[in-house]
Amino acid sequence: MAFESQDHATAYWKENLSLMLKLLFVWALVSFGFGIFLADLLNQIQFFGFKLGFWFAQQGAIYTFIVLIFVYIRQMNKLDKKYGVDEE
Amino acid sequence: MDIQTLTFIVVGATFAIYIGIAIWARAGSTNDFYVAGGGVPPVANGMATAADWMSAASFISMAGLISIMGYDGSVYLMGWTGGYVLLALCLAPYLRKFGKFTVPDFIGDRYYSQTARTVAVFCAIVVSFTYIAGQMRGVGVVFSRFLEVDITAGVLIGMAMVYFYTLLGGMKGITYTQVAQYIILAFAYTVPAVFITFQMTGHILPQTGFGSTLADGSGLYLLERLDGLSEELGFAAYTEGTRSTLDVFAITFALMVGTAGLPHVIIRFFTVPKVRDARRSGGWALVFIAVVYTTAPAIASITKTNILYTINGEDQQGVMYEDAPTWITNWERTGLIQISEEARSGAEPMFYSNDERSNTNVDADIIVLASPEIANLPNWVVALVAAGGVAAALSTSAGLLLVISSSVSHDLLKRTFKPNITDKQELLAARIAAGFAVLIGAYFGINPPGFVAQVVAFAFGLAAASFFPAIIMGIFHKRMNKEGAIAGMVVGIVFTLTYIIYFKFINPTAGPDEWFLSISPEGIGTVGMLLNFIVANIVLKFTKESPAEIQELVESIRYPKGAGEATGH
Repeated sequence: MAFESQDHATAYWKENLSLMLKLLFVWALVSFGFGIFLADLLNQIQFFGFKLGFWFAQQGAIYTFIVLIFVYIRQMNKLDKKYGVDEE
Repeated sequence: MDIQTLTFIVVGATFAIYIGIAIWARAGSTNDFYVAGGGVPPVANGMATAADWMSAASFISMAGLISIMGYDGSVYLMGWTGGYVLLALCLAPYLRKFGKFTVPDFIGDRYYSQTARTVAVFCAIVVSFTYIAGQMRGVGVVFSRFLEVDITAGVLIGMAMVYFYTLLGGMKGITYTQVAQYIILAFAYTVPAVFITFQMTGHILPQTGFGSTLADGSGLYLLERLDGLSEELGFAAYTEGTRSTLDVFAITFALMVGTAGLPHVIIRFFTVPKVRDARRSGGWALVFIAVVYTTAPAIASITKTNILYTINGEDQQGVMYEDAPTWITNWERTGLIQISEEARSGAEPMFYSNDERSNTNVDADIIVLASPEIANLPNWVVALVAAGGVAAALSTSAGLLLVISSSVSHDLLKRTFKPNITDKQELLAARIAAGFAVLIGAYFGINPPGFVAQVVAFAFGLAAASFFPAIIMGIFHKRMNKEGAIAGMVVGIVFTLTYIIYFKFINPTAGPDEWFLSISPEGIGTVGMLLNFIVANIVLKFTKESPAEIQELVESIRYPKGAGEATGH
C-alpha cells in the first residue's frame, strides 16, 4: 500500500470526494441552474448586450468549466503531496 | 487565383503535412500503436483530444444549428463542453492509473467477466461506426463544394488519407497529426469569425462582439435586433427557446455524460505518462475546444442577422434575385439554398421567414462554410475553411478507426479468442482490422443511410446509458459486482435504443405530448443512465458483492502513485 496507514487512505479518498462534489456542484449550478432552470429569471437581467441566462448558456458556463478543471488539478496535486501519493 | 485552385493548394499542403508527420511517427509496437508509447505531453494531448473530439459536425453544422435553434442550441455548447469536467474529475485520472489500452479492457477486468468485456466491445463498435459514417459524409460535402469533385471521390480520397496515416503511425501518428489538424481547424474557424464580427459590430473578439451594439449606428444590441427580426418573421425570439425546460436539461445532460463515455475520447487519456498528466490533459483539451465553442454562438447569431439582411434587405421588404450577392447563387447550385421560381424569375423579391411570405430556404450547414463569402473575405480564407472542415473530419475519423481496430485486435482477438498471439501478430491484426473498418466507413459515407445525422446524435445517448455508469461505478462503488454492472448496461442501452427507435422510426410523428415526461429521443439517454444506476444497485442487493481482490484493485486506482505505462496485460 502506498499510504502510511489505512486511516490515511480513507482520509485521502474523503478529501478527494469532497473536492470533487464541491466542484461538480458549481458545474451543475452554472449549466443546469443559471443556463437552464433559472435562465428565464436571469434573462430579466441585462449583462452588456446579453440577457444573463442566455449568456450563461452560450458563454459563461464554458468559461466556468475550464476554471473548475484547473482548480481541481491544483488542489489534487496538493492533496497527492500531502499524503505522499504523488508521482515524483 | 480562383477559389478552386487555391483550395487544391491549401488542402494539398495540409495533406502533405499529415503524411510527413505519419512517416516521422511510425509505430513499432502495440504500445506505440494503441497508446502512442504512453509519452505524449499533456498540452499536445489536449490539442489532439480537441481535434479528435471536434468532428465534421462540430465544425460544419453546429453554428448553423445554433443559428436556427437560438437559445435551444445551447444544449450543444454546454453539453459538449461540460462532459470534459466529468472526464477530468471523475474518469480520466483513474482510468489512466488502471493503465490498460481500451475501455472494454477496463470493464472486462474491473467486472472480472468476459461477458461484460464483450458487451462493452459491442457498444464501442456500434458507437464508433455510426460516428465515422457521418465524418466521411462531411469530407464528401467539403470536397464537392470546394473542389467540385463528386462526393464518392471525396469520400475515397479522405478514407485513403486517414487509412494511410493510421496504418503507419497508429495512435502515435494520429496524435501528432491531430495536433496539426487542431491548429488548422481552429485557425480556419476563428479567422472568418473575427472578420464577420468586425463588419457587423466593430468589435474584434467574437465572444464579446455578439453582445455589443450593431455597427450601423442604430444603437441597438445585435441580439436585441435579432430577437426583434426573428419575431417579425414568425420565428421564436432568438434568445428564448421553444423546447420545454426539462427537455433542454435532459438533452444537455445526455450530451455531457455521453461525451464522458465515448471510447475514442477516453483512450486519449491513456497516452500520457502520468496520472497528473491525465488531469492536465482534460483541462487543456477543454481550453482548446472552448476556443471554437465560444466562437460558434457568435458566428451563429451574427451570420443569421447577416443572412436576414442579405435576403430580406435592410428594410425587411425582400431583395430582388438579380441583386443577390454571388454567394447566394454559388450555394444555390449545391442545393443548400433554395429559392422559388417566382423569386428567381424576378416576379417577386426573395424573402426568408417562417410563414407564408417565405420563398427562400437556407440550409443550416452553410452558416460556417459560407461565412467567409458572406463577409466578402479573400479567397484564401475560403480555401482555409475548406481545409479546416477536412481536418475536423479526418482527425475524428482517425480516432474512431483506432477504437474499432483495437476493439477487434486487442479486446476480441488478444483478450478473448487467442491470448497467445505475439505482439507482432497483434499489431498486424490491428492494421488489418483498421483496413476493414475504413472500407465499411467508406461504404456508409458513399451510401449514407438517411438517418446518419440523427444516429450520430443518438450515439451520445447510448454511451450515456451504457458506458458511463459502468465506469463510474467501477471507480466509485467498489462493491459493485459483475451481475449489477452487466444488468445495468443491458437495461440502460435496451431502454434507450427502444425509445429512440420507437419515436424516431416507428412513430416519428409523435410529439412532446406522447414523449415520456416530454423528453425528446435526443435527451432520453439521461433517463437510460438513471435506469442503469438503479438496476445495477438493485441487482447488487441480491447478489454477492465483488470479490476482495477486485475491491483491492479499485482501491489501488484511487491514488496516482505507482502508475506505470499502459499495458495490454
